[in-house]
Amino acid sequence: MYNFEFERPGSVAEAVAALKSEEAQALGGGQTLIPTLKQRLAAPAKLVSLGGIAEMKGVCLNDDGSLSIGGGTTHAEVARAAAAHYPALAALAGGIGDPAVRNRGTIGGSLANNDPSACYPSAALGSGATIVTDRREIAADDYFQGLFTTALDEGEIITSVRFPVPEKANYQKFLQPASRFALVGVFVAHYAGGTRIAVTGASEDGVFRWSAAEEALASGAALDGMAPEADGMIADLHGTKAYRAHLTGVLTRRALQAMA
Amino acid sequence: MPKDSGIGASSKRREDVRFLTGAGNYTDDINIHGQAYVHFLRSDVAHGRIVSLDTSAAAAMPGVVRIFTGADFEGVGGLPCGWQVTDRHGQPMAEPGHPVLAQGKVRHVGDPIAAVVAESPEQARDAAEAIEAEIEELPAVIDMKAALAEGAAKVHDDLPSNLCYDWGFVEENKGAVDAAFAEAAHVTTLELVNNRLVANPMEPRVAIGDYARATGESTLYTTSQNPHVIRLLMGAFVLGIPEHKLRVVAPDVGGGFGSKIFHYAEEAFCTFAAKALARPVKWTSSRSEAFMSDAHGRDHVSKIELALDADNNFTALRTETYANMGAYLSTFAPSVPTWLHGTLMAGNYKTPLIYVNVKAVFTNTVPVDAYRGAGRPEATYQLERVIDKAARELGVDPIALRRQNFVTEFPYQTPVAVVYDTGDYNATMDKLEEIADIAGFAARRAESEARGKLRGLGVNCYIEACGIAPSNLVGQLGARAGLYDAATVRVNATGSISVMVGAHSHGQGHETAFPQVVAEMLGIDESMIEIVHGDSSKIPFGMGTYGSRSLAVCGSAMVRATEKIINKAKKIAAHLMEASEADIELKDGQFSVAGTDKSVAWGDVTLAAYVPHNYPLEDIEPGLEETAFYDPSNFTYPAGAYACEVEVDPETGKVTVERFSAADDFGNIVNPMIVSGQVHGGLGQGIGQALLENCAYDPETGQLLSASYMDYAMPRADDVPFYAVDHSCATPCTHNPLGVKGCGEAGAIGSPPSVVNAVIDALQSGGKAVTHIDMPMSPSRVWSAMQG
Amino acid sequence: MPEINMVVNGRSMRAEAEPRALLSDFLREDLSLTGTHVGCDTGQCGACVVHVDGVAVKSCNMLAVEAAGCEVSTIEGQAGPDGTLNALQQAFQDHHGLQCGFCTPGMVMSAAALLKENPTPSEAEVRAHLEGNLCRCTGYHNIVKAILAASGQDVSGIAAE
Repeated sequence: MYNFEFERPGSVAEAVAALKSEEAQALGGGQTLIPTLKQRLAAPAKLVSLGGIAEMKGVCLNDDGSLSIGGGTTHAEVARAAAAHYPALAALAGGIGDPAVRNRGTIGGSLANNDPSACYPSAALGSGATIVTDRREIAADDYFQGLFTTALDEGEIITSVRFPVPEKANYQKFLQPASRFALVGVFVAHYAGGTRIAVTGASEDGVFRWSAAEEALASGAALDGMAPEADGMIADLHGTKAYRAHLTGVLTRRALQAMA
Repeated sequence: MPKDSGIGASSKRREDVRFLTGAGNYTDDINIHGQAYVHFLRSDVAHGRIVSLDTSAAAAMPGVVRIFTGADFEGVGGLPCGWQVTDRHGQPMAEPGHPVLAQGKVRHVGDPIAAVVAESPEQARDAAEAIEAEIEELPAVIDMKAALAEGAAKVHDDLPSNLCYDWGFVEENKGAVDAAFAEAAHVTTLELVNNRLVANPMEPRVAIGDYARATGESTLYTTSQNPHVIRLLMGAFVLGIPEHKLRVVAPDVGGGFGSKIFHYAEEAFCTFAAKALARPVKWTSSRSEAFMSDAHGRDHVSKIELALDADNNFTALRTETYANMGAYLSTFAPSVPTWLHGTLMAGNYKTPLIYVNVKAVFTNTVPVDAYRGAGRPEATYQLERVIDKAARELGVDPIALRRQNFVTEFPYQTPVAVVYDTGDYNATMDKLEEIADIAGFAARRAESEARGKLRGLGVNCYIEACGIAPSNLVGQLGARAGLYDAATVRVNATGSISVMVGAHSHGQGHETAFPQVVAEMLGIDESMIEIVHGDSSKIPFGMGTYGSRSLAVCGSAMVRATEKIINKAKKIAAHLMEASEADIELKDGQFSVAGTDKSVAWGDVTLAAYVPHNYPLEDIEPGLEETAFYDPSNFTYPAGAYACEVEVDPETGKVTVERFSAADDFGNIVNPMIVSGQVHGGLGQGIGQALLENCAYDPETGQLLSASYMDYAMPRADDVPFYAVDHSCATPCTHNPLGVKGCGEAGAIGSPPSVVNAVIDALQSGGKAVTHIDMPMSPSRVWSAMQG
Repeated sequence: MPEINMVVNGRSMRAEAEPRALLSDFLREDLSLTGTHVGCDTGQCGACVVHVDGVAVKSCNMLAVEAAGCEVSTIEGQAGPDGTLNALQQAFQDHHGLQCGFCTPGMVMSAAALLKENPTPSEAEVRAHLEGNLCRCTGYHNIVKAILAASGQDVSGIAAE
């Protein structure tokens, strides 16, 4: 990798200040960023590690019943600490990557990266979560803006993510056999106001809400045989567009079945 | 009662202790004082003409020692090919040059263009990025049939076409085979792809060149399965270094599976550069680099036809295969689709007439060479798939159809040159039916169906030719090397033994298994024997480890050398006991005189050999050290029967392997634990090929699509079940002293067809009219096949 | 270059390294602990797994500076002071859970992490836990068996040879 300066601030304020310098980049758990640096696909002048910021770590239940997860909380920690409060989210976190990846990778890092095949974006979007940054709050529906693209500004740090806890929820992940990212992942969450369905891995535009299915459910219809349009789906070595569209339907039904 | 030592004992591996404690010594663990590091600038296009190469800015970068390009290698030999195939018309194959660094053209993504030597790996890489290479991109030829079409771009401008050879075997039988097809009661035809794979030993390749000015000696430390082969090829053909000034060391090597047989450009480069710079030069491959520089495996596109008579006897077999050579001929590439493939097309069956046609093709892809099984998996896959398809077409039981056509009398002369010395294919099939509980399959299928899953059972047989190989025979077939092996047994004064062997252990457990053989012969403890391997300056000129040959060939050399030791030791013992040599017996480490109570211990005899005070110096020399070279008189023919049970999720197409059973005949077994481990590993790779692994190129651009573990699906622990393996059906090899056949490749050869057969069985049980799916049977492919 | 301190296998160690130095490189090159291996560059193979402050991480996917001040344990620190293999290492030898040995350090360190949090895992749990550790030699059979055996479970029913 190219060389860089390194800073490890102890607070969000310090991190924000450090990120103001030219070509500075935040380093979360590094499970995507470090391989990217190794391939020399990125050349930050400075890396600002968020790993030393205690205030960004941990899971806590808010008074309104929502669950806040610090942006620097590892997947392993979410899998443990969220299990009692939001089992579907904990299960999703416990299925990201592999155990060693889960010990380093963070929810903030994953959401900031917004890999089109990552798991967390589907949970955030499917839960209608709020992305809390050092400077504002962003609704999940506004946050994800396509492949590796988010509403975050330069140097903006995800300090926490606030998840409304649904009545029930389920995540179905179909593995891409090589990377073990989601070939397709579907997160379904049922709230008093309705059911939200978010799909990762499938679309060329990244995570998306499958509105047609949400509406069908709202109208009381069954989803039998239903699948999103194949057009706009990802086609690669591991699956055709039609296959990803089909899987989206299958996994959604399986999630609903698991929730029933 | 299992033995606890010697031949047949599952002795625990002594090498494990260093590997389990981080004390192994792999090539990348070696650092030589003053070493520099090389980074190769590799082509990012599949095919192009090097218009200009400006290294001046790069050369001025921090830490750069020197930058080498193809021009530095003018007058240096290219990488040699070790096997010449003669085509159907008696002409030698097309054999293009293979420069160490590209000269004029780049021919695949990853082809090395320049090499930057610098003080650190990162500095070398920094400078490589600063090289200004202008490359005029040319149309890439990727698809083999397109590469042979009129007007296709040529990979090598100096060759008439992209055809390496058009091979027919046995050419004289072609007419008779065609006639048999004309008369057949039934013909089954199948077109299939044997998917391109990457061997992926977990240790990437590493090379360190070192040069001693004072002595003029070059040393290469390298991740090789055969240090002497590398010394021969690189010394004699590439760099012109005589053997006595060239040492090749392959220390602990982290797996090979064939990919570390070959002589690679990076080895020659590091050796060359170390001398040019008079300092050590180290190269460590990244995994990404490995994907575009390690020789790939398989990549055959075939059509196979099986003719049967009205009684379902196989009457003839005909195959046509396109075999991808990649952009250059790797060391043994031409032999893989021919002599390691065509000669195995008879399989376990007495098909009287066989004709095999193979067209080897150059494409703008990484060179393709031997990967675990090498040619034999491709033969087995075609044959066992077409038999399965025939059984389904005819409505007969696939096991019964196989049994009906088994070779049952030995020795058996196949119509494809080789002679099977021994075997019992019904015995391994009987054993398979038992360990796979084939009788219980119907109940398991019902249970799966109750859960909404389709369940299938697939069976296949395999035979392979191992113990490579009789030198005079392979010489006639085009090999440019002998394929014997060698061992030196050095008995030390106090009776401990060092055995220097040509075979190389990179996971096979030679350091444990080989002493078991010597211990058994001498009646002494295994712990008194140490195996030395991997250093051309320490070991005799043996040819290394591949083709399941180590025990059958090198082990036989070790037996012969040990026999010489015993003969000499008996002479010494006879002298010490004042008895006739003919009366001396060796048992449990004691020499005794038959019919008397006189005896001397092993250690007394060995001490006498080195302290020859009371010694027949007039008749025999002091010392106790013997070398033997062993050249086998035939191949060995391991064979077996495998069964796979899968579940298919009809909604997603996801295949899971529920059970896998393997009944093998490996002849005699030295260490059953190690043999089982070898089979397990082969099964893992075979299941990987069938379900997961796919080295894919973009057909237009020639970009490697599966260029890392993000896209090349390696089998993981949760992709495979526990395996049931058995090797109790043993028909010992008739022509080597241990009666062993070799076990390293069987699992990889024997497993892919049964996985595919099982998936087809599952889908058909679910009413799907699917007769074939190409590997890897990814969920997407299976689902698409089910859609019709 | 900054100096990085860490406690490795119970010993305090220090070396200078650039910020871009990976923990795996730091261990191998600067501390000469070459038991930790590097088998890929995308974080999948797991040959480089070590423990940092008690949890398993991929040392090729972590900057050495991020481990400054931490307690690191590697394969070199697993056996007893007299060289006696620990129970897990011994199970790998007893059950032939390794062949070429290259993936083994990472396998052992991952398995150790599993057994710490789940002392008697099921076969499925072992296989799932090894998702980030590739082995090309064993077909995983004897690795899974060795880990089950190390956890004190009876493995005599698992096909042995």
